[in-house]
Amino acid sequence: MSVDTATVRHIAKLARIAVSDEEVAALEPELNNILGWIEQLQEVDVTGVEPMTAVIPNQLRLRDDVVNDGNKRDDVLANAPNAEHGFFAVPKVIE
Amino acid sequence: MSDLTDLTVAAIRDGVRDGAFSAREVATAFNANVEKGRALNAYVVETPDHALAAADAADAARASGDLKPLSGVPLGIKDLFATKGVQTTAGSNMLGGFEPVYESTVSGKLFEAGAGMLGKLNMDEFAMGSSNETSAYGPVISPWRRNDGGNAPLAPGGSSGGSASAVAARLCPGATGTDTGGSIRQPAAFVGISGIKPTYGRCSRWGVVAFASSLDQAGPMARDVRDCAILLEAMSGFDAKDSTSLNMPVPNWEAALSGDIRGKKIGIPKEYRIEGVPAEIDAVWQQGIERMRDAGAEIVEVSLPHTKYALPTYYIIAPAEASSNLARYDGVRYGKRSPGEGGIDGMYRATRHDGFGKEVKRRIMIGTYVLSAGFYDAYFNQAQKVRTLIARDFQKVFEQVDLILTPTAPSAAFALGDKTSDPLAMYLNDVFAVPASLAGLPAMSVPAGLDGQGLPLGLQLIGRAFDEQGVLDAGLALEERSTFTHRAEAWW
Amino acid sequence: MSDYRIHGATGEWEVVIGLEVHAQVVSNAKLFSGAATAFGAEPNSQVSLVDAAMPGMLPVLNGECVRQAVRTGMAINAQINAWSRFDRKNYFYPDLPQGYQISQLYHPIVGEGEIEIELEGGATAKVGVERIHLEQDAGKMLHDQHPSMSYVDLNRSGVALMEIVSKPDMRSPEEAGAYVRKLRSILRYVGSCDGNMEQGSMRADVNVSVRKPGQPFGTRTETKNVNSVRFIMAAIEYEANRQVEVLEDGGTIVQETRLFDPDKGETRSLRSKEEAHDYRYFPDPDLLPVELSDAFLAECRESLPELPDAKRARYQDGLGLSAYAANVLTAEVETARWFEQLLAATGEEHAQRAANWVTSDLFGALNRLGRTIEDSPVSAAQAAELLTLTADGTLSGSLAKQVFEIMLETGQDPGAIVEERGLKQTSDTGAIEAVIAGILAANPGQLEQYRGGKEQLFGFFVGQTMKAMQGKANPAVVNELLKKALG
Repeated sequence: MSVDTATVRHIAKLARIAVSDEEVAALEPELNNILGWIEQLQEVDVTGVEPMTAVIPNQLRLRDDVVNDGNKRDDVLANAPNAEHGFFAVPKVIE
Repeated sequence: MSDLTDLTVAAIRDGVRDGAFSAREVATAFNANVEKGRALNAYVVETPDHALAAADAADAARASGDLKPLSGVPLGIKDLFATKGVQTTAGSNMLGGFEPVYESTVSGKLFEAGAGMLGKLNMDEFAMGSSNETSAYGPVISPWRRNDGGNAPLAPGGSSGGSASAVAARLCPGATGTDTGGSIRQPAAFVGISGIKPTYGRCSRWGVVAFASSLDQAGPMARDVRDCAILLEAMSGFDAKDSTSLNMPVPNWEAALSGDIRGKKIGIPKEYRIEGVPAEIDAVWQQGIERMRDAGAEIVEVSLPHTKYALPTYYIIAPAEASSNLARYDGVRYGKRSPGEGGIDGMYRATRHDGFGKEVKRRIMIGTYVLSAGFYDAYFNQAQKVRTLIARDFQKVFEQVDLILTPTAPSAAFALGDKTSDPLAMYLNDVFAVPASLAGLPAMSVPAGLDGQGLPLGLQLIGRAFDEQGVLDAGLALEERSTFTHRAEAWW
Repeated sequence: MSDYRIHGATGEWEVVIGLEVHAQVVSNAKLFSGAATAFGAEPNSQVSLVDAAMPGMLPVLNGECVRQAVRTGMAINAQINAWSRFDRKNYFYPDLPQGYQISQLYHPIVGEGEIEIELEGGATAKVGVERIHLEQDAGKMLHDQHPSMSYVDLNRSGVALMEIVSKPDMRSPEEAGAYVRKLRSILRYVGSCDGNMEQGSMRADVNVSVRKPGQPFGTRTETKNVNSVRFIMAAIEYEANRQVEVLEDGGTIVQETRLFDPDKGETRSLRSKEEAHDYRYFPDPDLLPVELSDAFLAECRESLPELPDAKRARYQDGLGLSAYAANVLTAEVETARWFEQLLAATGEEHAQRAANWVTSDLFGALNRLGRTIEDSPVSAAQAAELLTLTADGTLSGSLAKQVFEIMLETGQDPGAIVEERGLKQTSDTGAIEAVIAGILAANPGQLEQYRGGKEQLFGFFVGQTMKAMQGKANPAVVNELLKKALG
């Protein structure tokens, strides 16, 4: 499997990363090199093998339904690039 | 009293306890070294006041008889750990100026145990790298130099390169690291110090900036095995805030530490003898085997048949998880924002273009690709199945042996810039470290000797899940026989 | 099922409907954090660092949300998956702080189940449920506060939702409406969702396609976030007609996301067609699989109340109520609860009378007052007292109505009203006889005619007597005594 420049642009779009033409040109062979190398996994016989879920045996614990967090708006907004009137502000989203 | 900075964590702790020197003297000495060592670029933030405040608390505690396990010990904290009120960037422009309002569980435990913080340690951006060259704050430089007189600046390894350099250059007696696919062990090997990645789940991931959640583990990096035991004991423990945290007591690793490994069976995996690895690596490995035998261990050749698939497996799973973990860096709630053009999507794209470095973007792209429609089964699910096989390989071998001994890395430290143009060559440096990461097992690197250029080489010990004690004990046995006393001459 | 058809130019079209209902789980804290879920708080005040996706923050699953999803699944006789897992659904939006929603794609907690719906004319139908999974809600965005900025409030970010996915089993807007009402009723019985559609506790994504009867399914569209039963039905109707029109004009239906505009009663395309969604689902590595013990499942089952279908059957078969009354009284959990409180006080032998009174007198009054049974001015205990006063003859039917009106106005107990206002019905034969004697004396002409055979005049004497006794005479006693006096 190999990626072309259109695929590189598509992935960049999915990942929300702007890419210039030069960056696409550089990424294409790099990604192909890496993906080509990853490809060797296809030769492993995994018949009947379950995908890994938890690397170390462990049990999921359930939290009690107790309110013990929140009420810290200043902390939540402390590092915001733009906060107004207690909200995060972002460039207008047109729905 | 510059010799205070030559002391180990244990010696500082004991000296403060015994009144040989004050904690303030220790902190002052290390603060001075941090300042002197700026040429190494090991610290991205220096926090001398934090170290002094903890030292004063330690001195007061001694006076009142309330000493804690790490009273008087100043540490370096990798910049991946959120530190309350102290800039935490994960080595990325994306988090430039980010000051968490919270303290990571691990750094909090260390401070709770009486330790102070000398500063935040440089690292590969979001822990993605094996040379520290992907840091937005510039590469860390290893204190080591080749004996060829060329003075080429060497990589300290990565991603915990700042931690490695700082410990090796006495800019701190011990440091926190994190290890996703070798990020504690490989840099420890490169600079001639010890470092242990515990069993997945021992150290809480809460407050550690995530790279790949199913692999990330914190651990200590220090001058010797005992210090690693001391620090790991303070860092470990159940944390209800991390769903993957192990709910089991933390053993007294230091108290039980013993280099007596008579009767232990040590496996030597044949698949770790790979083509193209310098003969010196094999030689150090062979020497390590002899030393283990000398310590009374039984050497057994074992097989981990899926070893060659570990790296490609890792380079699917880790980028996939990373592509999702790093989606939160979107310019909305914290960190960098570039306005871009074209509304919200333009802002996202510009922010993530400008905020992330090349390697991080490369891995996000790979991760996005392997998860994208039509490729999930072929790549991600296949990799998770192979991961099961890799873990199974270890389980089988650990029915036969107690520990596995391998080289830590396939080379000594390389020069800065040597591998930056070839990502794949860089990835291959983690070939020996990654399998234990994929299996979640405790693994440690201890210094074992020097190569022909006078650079340190490390050996890796891998243990059964939860058997950090076995790993540390064997590490100590190796350390006792290696008598690795080499240190980098200060040129900075 | 339904014979609902759209009559197009080329013939009749059948509508195929599937619903994905998002129901907010009743819980104090969010699905993966300890922040509160209460409605209407100050912006960003109910947000933990986990909800804001600060670096290094991790999710920890709220057990109550798991319990509620399991109980809901049990209530619709669904497969409960003792092993389930959370996946990440990756996409970018400012109201989605993590850049992914934690949901369950591959292994949902609840599998296939079934809901029986009641249709007009007493028919019933079954609608299959494909699955129920748990997921995080997103935050909220405000677009009208600033000329060039949108504002983000994360209070809802991370609140637990159950997504209840039906099979494409519905064939008319009425069936879809009945399904949502029934689902809402079940959720409220179980207590896993308050069903409050106005506050957004329940909303539906509506999948609609059309086909000629007997043909395979057509391409469907998904109309997102419709938040009332009426709108759901309107959206289906509009969308089905739109699709028929497109198809009959030779066009094709594009599989797309649409939005319902309640003001215009129309749906419109929400996202551009070429933007393919690729959510890159994968298991969330921050969480372990959810494994439910037998004890946990047993506790969930034992905690389930009697559900509407079972209750309705019991009302009909056990209490002898009509199908209509049983239906009306069990449709809403509050009604049933109120009715059962009433029965507890009156005794089940009065069930039919109580049911009649609730469905006619009480509902009539509540309707008139614009109130729900939860804020009824008359309590079940007071109503029971009223019914008892009627049953023991203290109040006549008309007196009972008078007393009820006063109860509605004043909130007083009926006994006190009767006492205070002297509204007690009298069976005192002496007093009634005296009044009758007076009336006969005052109306000699009518008496003559009656005795001459004009028996219709009996009603006249009853009326006169009741009037003279201000309605308080026991009508049965009046009848009896009058017959005797008239000879």
